[in-house]
Amino acid sequence: MALQDKYAELIAAAKSHGVANLSVAEQDGVLHVAGTAGSTATYDALWALYDKLDPGMASGDLMMNVDIKADAGAQLQVTTDSSNLNIRATPSTDGDVVGKAAHGETVTLVEKTDDSWWKVRTADGEEGYAYAQYLSPL
Amino acid sequence: MKITKITMAAALMLAVAFTSCKPKDADVKASIETALKADPMAATTMVDVKDGVATISGVCKDEACKAGCEKLVSGVKGVKSVVNNCTVAPPPPPPPASMTTTLDAATQQKVKDGLKDMTTLTLQGFSGKGAIINGEISKEGKMKLMQMLASAKVMLDAASKITMK
Repeated sequence: MALQDKYAELIAAAKSHGVANLSVAEQDGVLHVAGTAGSTATYDALWALYDKLDPGMASGDLMMNVDIKADAGAQLQVTTDSSNLNIRATPSTDGDVVGKAAHGETVTLVEKTDDSWWKVRTADGEEGYAYAQYLSPL
Repeated sequence: MKITKITMAAALMLAVAFTSCKPKDADVKASIETALKADPMAATTMVDVKDGVATISGVCKDEACKAGCEKLVSGVKGVKSVVNNCTVAPPPPPPPASMTTTLDAATQQKVKDGLKDMTTLTLQGFSGKGAIINGEISKEGKMKLMQMLASAKVMLDAASKITMK
């Protein structure tokens, strides 16, 4: 229970922000928090809280497996640092690059292949898999 | 021989007493409560008896428990019928998927893919606990790394040596 106390503020915030399918469980000294945030803002707020409650996220006692709600057809913004985001033929960095989306560009979600790779379509009609880390639902 | 006779007579008297006398609701309720208390699954069930009709209420953990509780009560002497007002508790949410993750090849590949753009970091390998990653990183970079690992459902192993810029 000690970890739930440590991250009580985070769990309360997840509840108050209406994170869907929220589940909280402790296992082997790690608190697992999972759910689907309604917006990128909620996701960012939860991660900021994690950093506040565990400075530098150094303790390794929280697995925050929270994703952001995005249905097929949702608009996603490319959030690379500055470079183009590769769009690939298969959901892996080994896949051939079939297109590129510029930093800040908006693409359309085709399907969430898994938590790491999403199938997207660019405004030019290029379709393929992009790394989900660099896509933020609008 | 004498003892047998007395026992038989006593048994007969008891039988007569039970058939001739209608059980009182309060007694039936007490019997049901005793029966319910004996069953750990039904211990929290409430009961009320009126004219031999037992009404049970409470929260059961599942349908089988609810049906079992009704069966238990209907088997108690003096119960004519059972009104089952028990509700079934909603199932608990499934445990977070990250709790059952194994570091299989696909998962390891996700971490490798995610690290390709984090050029100041090097993947040393995987332990039973997660990914061992060394390098230097900014505060924002650390958050990106943790987000990337979380999306792959992989922990950062404590053996990692990451210094903050």
